[in-house]
Amino acid sequence: MNIISELINDRFMIAAVLLFGLGFMNLLLQKNLIKKIIAFNVMDSAIFLFLASQGYINGRIAPIITNGILDSEVYINPIPSGLVLTGIVVSVSVTAFFLALTVRLYGIYKTVDFDEIMLLVDKEAE
Amino acid sequence: MNTEIGFFKRLNDWVNGDEDRIFPSKNEYDSPELPEPPVAKSSLPNKDILFLSSYQVIAITVVLGLVFVLLYTVYKLPLFGVADNPAVNEVVERYVEKGLEETGAVNVVAGMILDYRAFDTLGESSVLLLAITSVMMLLLRDEKNIDPEEDLITEHEAVFEDQSRDVILQNVTTILLPAIMLYGIYVILNGHLSPGGGFSGGAILGAGLILYATGFGHNRVRKFFSMKTFRALTTTALLSYGLLKSYSFLLGANHLPTHIPLGIPGAIFSSGLIFVLDICVGLIVACTMYGFYAVFSRGEI
Repeated sequence: MNIISELINDRFMIAAVLLFGLGFMNLLLQKNLIKKIIAFNVMDSAIFLFLASQGYINGRIAPIITNGILDSEVYINPIPSGLVLTGIVVSVSVTAFFLALTVRLYGIYKTVDFDEIMLLVDKEAE
Repeated sequence: MNTEIGFFKRLNDWVNGDEDRIFPSKNEYDSPELPEPPVAKSSLPNKDILFLSSYQVIAITVVLGLVFVLLYTVYKLPLFGVADNPAVNEVVERYVEKGLEETGAVNVVAGMILDYRAFDTLGESSVLLLAITSVMMLLLRDEKNIDPEEDLITEHEAVFEDQSRDVILQNVTTILLPAIMLYGIYVILNGHLSPGGGFSGGAILGAGLILYATGFGHNRVRKFFSMKTFRALTTTALLSYGLLKSYSFLLGANHLPTHIPLGIPGAIFSSGLIFVLDICVGLIVACTMYGFYAVFSRGEI
């Protein structure tokens, strides 16, 4: 009984781990470069979910001081929120860079299939 | 519709984007004549087949192992939502209890990322600028990066777009755009008072610009937001961020008075530099978001 209630309590972290695994598996197995980038974004989202769930504390409110209470027992942990913000910005930048590289690859090889690109590269090297 | 192929096969094809058998659509857009793309060899060399078949097995094993290890870690981590999590330490206490006094920001997260950890945010903004710079290096079509084939496609698309401007989209844009822009500015200016700030507000502004460009075309946007404006805005915002924050860090870290008034907490013109820095960040993010869209869709801003 205890372990089941613990599982339900930790559901966000478990969902984050499963999402991470899902994204990682797709990153490794998909041949389409666009799908690889989508999988990469799924992994990013999993990490943001994990960080945000680490910052939450039951029964506390968002750290915006509107009624003059300056007690850290009232507010949730603000640091993971800032870290998630950093992560989102870096994720957007990296995704844009990946997509630009994919566009250039498509311009040269006329395909976004990774295996076909590798075959064409091998052919060129011969 | 082809009835011989099973539903799941069609669904699978549709998900994979191979062929649209579920919602067959008429191809209204006839593409210009292009040279034949190079074709990959269909048969794989023998030595690669073993690698490919074992690659999938290895990949699945590695991922399952990793997920198992991570799940075990989660099991050993402190429970979700408990207050005695070791991450809730004296740093959090300091930020929450002294943040309002030291930064003047009602929103503790804004006070944290734009005052205590402001150089982190400067780095983030630089990452965005670096990303748009590298995307431009790869995709911007100027005198050094000309591909006649691509120019042909873009020209064709521009003509096609101009002929088929969507009336519904244009009218909805006319109604929605003022509200979107106003909301973005509100979120940026209230960054130190409420949830939001430079990043989210800048993203909203960028989304408004993208909506306008989709409805009315890039040429209309270029009248007030050209490459020149883009360069001027991003570099000015980033430079002023760096200079202002260097000043405050140089003096503030040495316990010298910075003479930056913090104002009354809760007022719109309060919290010293955070208000200005939020505007700088918002400008960079808005420019970058629109820049990504413009460079990806047209190869120019």
